[in-house]
Amino acid sequence: MSEARSEDNGGNAATFDTHPGADAGVTPESPLQWSRVQGRVTEEGGAAEQIRVVERPFLGHLVLRGGAITLDEAVRAELGVSLPGKPLGLVLDAEGSRSVQWVSPDEWLVIVPAGEEFELENRLRARLGDAHFAIVNVGGGQTLLELSGEKARELLMKSVTYDVHEHGLTVGKAVGTVFAKTSVVLRRPSEERFELVVRRSFADYCVRWLRDAGREYGLRVESASH
Amino acid sequence: MFHIFCPYCQEYREEEEFHPSGQAHLVRPADPASVSDEEWGDYLFFRDNPRGIHHEMWVHRLGCRKFFNITRDTATYEILETYRMGEQPSITAANAEVRREQGVQTADGGWQTVGAQPENSRLNEETPS
Amino acid sequence: MTQSNRLNQGGRIDRSRRLSFTFNGQQYTGFAGDTLASALLANGVDIVNRSFKYSRPRGIAAAGPEEPNAIVQLGASEAAQVPNVRATQQALYDGLVARGTNGWPNVQRDVMSWVGKLGGSFMPPGFYYKTFMAPASMWMTYEKFIRKGAGLGRAPTEADPDIYDHFNQHCDVLVIGAGPAGLAAALSAARAGARVILCDEQEEMGGSLLDSRESIDGAPASAWAEQVVAELSGLANVTLLPRTTANGYHDHNFVTLHERRTEHLADTAAGAGREGEVRARLHRVRAGRVVLASGSHERPLVYANNDVPGNLVAGAVSVYIRRFGVVPGQRLVLSTNNDHAYRAALDWQEAGREVVAVVDSRAKPDGDLVKQARDAGIRVITGSAVMEATGSQRVSGAKVVAIDTERFVVTGKVETLECDTIASSGGYSPVVHLASHTGKRPQWRDDLLGFVPGEVKGMHFAGGVHGVYALGETLTDGADVGAEAVRAAGFEEAAAIAVPEVAVRQESPTSALYQIPHEKPPLRAPKQFVDLQNDVTAAAVELATREGFESIEHVKRYTALGFGTDQGKLGNINGMAIAARCLNRSIPEVGTTVFRPNYTPVSFGAIVGRHCRELFDPERYTALHQWHVENGAEFEDVGQWKRPWYFPQKRRADGQERLETMHEAVARECLAVRRGVGILDASTLGKIDIQGPDAREFLGRVYTNKWAKLAPGRVRYGLMCKDDGMLMDDGTTSCLAENHFLMTTTTGGAAGVLEWLELWHQTEWPELQVYFNSVTDHWATMTVTGPDARKLMSEVTDIDLDREQFKFMDWKEGKVAGVPARVFRISFTGELAFEINVQANYAMHVWKALFAHGEKYDLTPYGTETMHVLRAEKGLIIAGQDTDGSVTPEDLGMHWAVGYDKPFSWIGQRALTRPDTAREDRKQLVGLKPKDPKVVLEEGAQIVLDPEQKIPMTMMGHVTSSYYSPVLESGFALAVLKGGRNRMGETVYLPMSDGSVHQAEVVSTVFIDPKGERQNV
Ligand SMILES: [Zn+2]
Repeated sequence: MSEARSEDNGGNAATFDTHPGADAGVTPESPLQWSRVQGRVTEEGGAAEQIRVVERPFLGHLVLRGGAITLDEAVRAELGVSLPGKPLGLVLDAEGSRSVQWVSPDEWLVIVPAGEEFELENRLRARLGDAHFAIVNVGGGQTLLELSGEKARELLMKSVTYDVHEHGLTVGKAVGTVFAKTSVVLRRPSEERFELVVRRSFADYCVRWLRDAGREYGLRVESASH
Repeated sequence: MFHIFCPYCQEYREEEEFHPSGQAHLVRPADPASVSDEEWGDYLFFRDNPRGIHHEMWVHRLGCRKFFNITRDTATYEILETYRMGEQPSITAANAEVRREQGVQTADGGWQTVGAQPENSRLNEETPS
Repeated sequence: MTQSNRLNQGGRIDRSRRLSFTFNGQQYTGFAGDTLASALLANGVDIVNRSFKYSRPRGIAAAGPEEPNAIVQLGASEAAQVPNVRATQQALYDGLVARGTNGWPNVQRDVMSWVGKLGGSFMPPGFYYKTFMAPASMWMTYEKFIRKGAGLGRAPTEADPDIYDHFNQHCDVLVIGAGPAGLAAALSAARAGARVILCDEQEEMGGSLLDSRESIDGAPASAWAEQVVAELSGLANVTLLPRTTANGYHDHNFVTLHERRTEHLADTAAGAGREGEVRARLHRVRAGRVVLASGSHERPLVYANNDVPGNLVAGAVSVYIRRFGVVPGQRLVLSTNNDHAYRAALDWQEAGREVVAVVDSRAKPDGDLVKQARDAGIRVITGSAVMEATGSQRVSGAKVVAIDTERFVVTGKVETLECDTIASSGGYSPVVHLASHTGKRPQWRDDLLGFVPGEVKGMHFAGGVHGVYALGETLTDGADVGAEAVRAAGFEEAAAIAVPEVAVRQESPTSALYQIPHEKPPLRAPKQFVDLQNDVTAAAVELATREGFESIEHVKRYTALGFGTDQGKLGNINGMAIAARCLNRSIPEVGTTVFRPNYTPVSFGAIVGRHCRELFDPERYTALHQWHVENGAEFEDVGQWKRPWYFPQKRRADGQERLETMHEAVARECLAVRRGVGILDASTLGKIDIQGPDAREFLGRVYTNKWAKLAPGRVRYGLMCKDDGMLMDDGTTSCLAENHFLMTTTTGGAAGVLEWLELWHQTEWPELQVYFNSVTDHWATMTVTGPDARKLMSEVTDIDLDREQFKFMDWKEGKVAGVPARVFRISFTGELAFEINVQANYAMHVWKALFAHGEKYDLTPYGTETMHVLRAEKGLIIAGQDTDGSVTPEDLGMHWAVGYDKPFSWIGQRALTRPDTAREDRKQLVGLKPKDPKVVLEEGAQIVLDPEQKIPMTMMGHVTSSYYSPVLESGFALAVLKGGRNRMGETVYLPMSDGSVHQAEVVSTVFIDPKGERQNV
C-alpha cells in the first residue's frame, strides 16, 4: 500500500480519513446540492414559515456494531454519554451536538460535529481492542434534516407511517420507518424539533416530498452552502 | 394491512416496514453432501401451506434489519405471537384451538355471499364467536 | 325558477344564502345546507336519470349513500369531471354543474326507451352470463356498446387540477358514524382522555338525530347532537372528521377513511379559494379499538313499477322534510310493515300536504306512532300493501290490495288511490359492510329481520348496526360500548357517560315483508324492481332460481344484483328474500352476504395521494447528477436510480448542427474507451462493508469461489448463488484488512444482497463474528478506463501507478485530486481501468479535476449503454440480464469461479450436483455473431436449429444481450443455448415476428482481446 492514512488497528480493520483537510482547497457538496441548484433549497434564514426544514450537512456519522456492554464503556469514555440500551433510545451529550441512537440490538448510530468522526473512530477502536465489534463511517452517505414549526407534526403525518403523536414519538426516541416511498431515520431530540436522517441518494426526493406536502402550510428548506 | 410487533424494537409497526421471508424454522441440512437429491430437493422447494396456524419468518427491513418469526392464523390473518430468532413458538397447530372458518372468497362485485343450502346454514353456525 | 317543493320554514338550511346550480343544462337555485338531491327535489325535478338496462325514467329514491338512481357526473369544466357522484351525498355549492350519468342521449326524452320496451328480450336476466360466454374476443365490442348505453360515468380527459394526500393516523378509539350511538360512544371514550377519531360521511354530524321527531332531555334531538359535537370539538384528544366515509376495514384494525375537504365548496380547491390545499384526503387509521356505529338503511318494498319517479324510501321523506324543508310531492301514500315509517306520514301532514293513506301490511298495528297517525285523521288501511304504482314519468296513483304474506297472494279487491308520491318501508338493514370486510360473515336475526355483524376482533358495535333502534336504547348502548372500547384500549377506569332522558315509545312488532304479491303471476306482472341501479327485477331473481341457481351468490352473477357502485345497499336483502321464497327456504339458508371494500366509490386521486407525477417513485441521484444534467446526459432508470445512459454531443452535418443519435453517441463513447480514455459514474453499484474475524469464512460460504487467501490490498471477483445453485448476483470484493472487506453488488441487487447476508448470518450462522453495513451512498465511484487511463491518473494522484507496483486486481489508497481515495484496479471494459472511490461529498471536486486534466486525452464520459457494449464485447455477464434465476455458474462457463473443494458446503454447492443442474444439455452462455454484420439481434429472440420446422418449433435458447460493436463493425450478442458450448461454429436461426429469419454463428462469449491483455497493461 502507498503511504496509507488507514491504520490496521483495533478490530483488524482498515480505517480511512475521508476528508482532504482544510488546506486542500476542496469544496464538499452536500447531498442537497442538486436540490439547491433546482431552487428547492435556500440559504439559511429568511421569513418565518409555519415549517422550517434545515439541513445539517457534513456531520460525522458512524455506525457502531457490537455488544451493548462492550460498546457502552467505550462510548461513555469517549463521548461522555452512555449507550442507549433500550430499543429506540436516543441520547445527546450536554452540548446537544453529539448523539448516540439505538438502531438494533447490536447497532447504534453516532452523529458528531463535522470532522470529528475519524479521530473518534480511532479512539473507540483503541479502547475496544480485540473485542468483536465494527465501526463504519457512513457520513458521506446520509444527511440530517431538522424539522421545526407548529405544523411539523402534521407534515410528518403525511409522510411517515410511524405515530408521531407525543405519546408515540416521545422526546429521546428514534426510529427507522417508512417515509413516502423510501425510508428514513426519524428522531425526536427535543420538544421543539424532529430530525430526519436521510440517505444521500434519496435526499432530493425527500425534499421534494416535504415541499409538496408542506405547501399548504408554508414551508422552506434551508441549508448553509458550506 | 398487518400490525406487527417487532420483538427487537419492542413495538408494533406498520406492515410496510417489514418484508416476509417465507416459512419459519426451516433447517438447512448440516452436511448437505450427505443428503440425497430428494432430501435436498425437499429442503429447497417444498413448503407447508396450512389453513390455520402457520409460522413465518419476517424481517424488519426498514427498522432494525432483524429477522424474527411470527405465528399467524392464515384463515383469520390474526398474528398470535412474534418471537426472536432462535426462540420457539408458544402457540402451534398442535396446541392451539384452531379456528376454521371456511368458504369465504372475495367476489368481484362488492358484496358477496357464501354457499347454498344445506352447507351454508352449517357454516353460519360455525362462524367463530 | 321557483323552489315549488320548498317549505317556508324548517330544515337545517340557510335560506339567506341562495346558491345557483345547473342540472342537465337547466339552471336552478337552492340554499346553503342543501344536498344536490334536496335542491333538485325542492325544484320539483322528478327525473334525474335513465335506468341502466331498460332506460326507464328514474327519480331520487333515498337520502343517503344507498341512493341507487341519482348518480351524477359532476364538474363545470372538463378537468374537474367527477363520475358516479350520488346527488344525495353531494353538498350544493354555488355554480355546481351536474348531469345524470345515464344522460345519453337525454334523460328527459324517451329515445332509448325502445330498449325498455323490448325489455326482456333485449337484455334478459343472464344476459351477461349467456352472451359473454361466447367468443371472448367479442367482449370489447359488447362492452363498448353497453357502456355507452349504460353510461357508467366518464373520466375527465384533462389532468386533474387538484391535489390529494394521505394522512397516517393513530388513535385509541375510532368511532365510525356520528349518529346517536356514535356520538355517545365518542363522548364516553373522549372523556376518558383517549385519542379518539370520530368520522361521519355526512355534511353535518348527528345522523338520525337531525331528522328525528323525538326529544332528548326535553329538547329537540338535534340540539343534543350539536351540544355533543361542540364538547368534542373542544377536546385536544379528539379529531372530528365530517364528510369522511369509512370505506375499508382491513386487518388488525386498519381503517381507510375518505375525507372530502373542498368538494362541498366548489369544483376545485382553487375554486373554493383554497389554492394549494388538498381536495380529498385518505386517512390511514391504525386504531386500538373501532366502534362501528354505522346505523341501518331502510329497505324499500318491492312492488310493481316501484321505480317510477315519486317512489321513495319512507325515511328519506322525513329527511327531506325535516333537514331540508323540502316536501317531494303533494299527495302521499305510505306502504309499510313497521311503526317507525309512520313518521313520514306525520311529517308530511305537518308540512301541510295531504296524506292519502297509510297502507300497513299488519293486521292490527297499534303502536304509539300508529295511534298518532290515526289521531291526526290519517286513513290507515291494514292487512294491505301498495301492489303497483301507476304513472310513467311520475307516480299518478297507488294500487292497494289486501295481501296474505304467508301464501304470497292478494286476497281482496284492488283499490286505486290517487297520489303523486309513494313512500315504502320494509324494515331496516343494519349497515354491516365494514364488519365483513375482513371476511367475517354477518348473522341473520329473525327478531330483527336483518343481518347483524359477526364478531370482529378489536371492533365494537353500537346502535342500529347491531339492531338497537329505539333512541333511548341507542344512546345507552353507544355510551356503554364507547366505555367498553376505551377500557379495552387501556383506559381501564373509563365509565360510560350519563345518558339523557328520552321518552319510551310503544311499538307494535314489524312483520316480514319484502316483495308484494301482485294479482298477476310474478313473471307477468309489471316490473318489480329489486336492484334499481342494476335494473334487476323480482322476476329476474325468480327466473334465476328456476334455471337452477340456488345460491344467492350464483343468482347475483346471473342477474347482476348488487353489482356496480351500489353494492346491493337497498336491494340485497330483498333479492335474497325473493330467492328464498322461490326456493322455499329461509333467508339465511339462501346465503349470507359479505361485502368488501370500498363502501362507496373513492376517487383515484385520494387513493394515489401525493404519489404521482414527479413523486410517483423516488428518483435516486448520484453525487455527480448535476454534472450529468449540465453535460446533456440522457438518463436511464436503473431501479430507482437515474443513471446517465449516454451523452449525446452536438455534431455538424450538412451545414446543420444537431445532437448525435444514441447509436452515434454510443459508438463514439465505445471507441474513446478502446482507443483513449473514458469515464463512468459507477456510484450506484451496491457496496457493503464487512468486518469481523469471521468475515473471510462468511465470504467463503456465500460466494462460490475461494476467499481464504485473499490478502489485504487484493480484489477478487465473486459469484453468489442461491441454495438452488442459480446465480443471484456477482461483484468484486476487496480485502481492506485481515478482518475487513468491501463487497460490491450489482446496482439493482444492493438491498437484496445485504438482506441475503443478514438472513444467513442471523438464521443459520449466528456464531460467525461478522457485521454487514451498507456504504453504497457513502462512496462515490468513478471508473477511469482506456489505454490512456494511467497517463491521466498519474496527473492527479500520488499513488504509484507502476504496473508492477499496482497490478490488475490490486487496490491502493492515496489522494486523487487532493481527496483521500481508494483506487481499485478492476475492469468491466476489458481495458486498463482504475475505479476511484471517494467520500461522496467530495466526488464532484474529483470528477471535475479529472476532466480538467483529461481534456488533452479527450476524456470521454460514457453511460450505461456504452458500459453494456464494452462488457459484452468481453463476455462479461450482467446478473439479471444474462441470467434469470435459472442459470448456474456452470451454465455461464464460469467453473473457474467455483471452488468445489472448499471445506464448507457453500450456498448453492449441493444443488450443482442435482441431476437437473448437472444435465449436459442445459442452456449455456455463448456468443452469437450474426451472419449479416448489420444485424443487431433482438434481445429475447428465440433460437432454433431448423428454420423450416413447423410451428411449434423446437426452441433451443434465446438472446440475452445484443449490441452493435463499433470496434468489430458488426452486431454481436450473448445468448443462452442448449448444449451451447458443444455447438461452437454451428449456424443457428432466429425467426422474427415479421417472418424474417436471422442467421448467426455460435462463437465464444469473448469477442475482443480473448487473452485479456489489454486490462493487464
Ligand atoms: Zn425492529
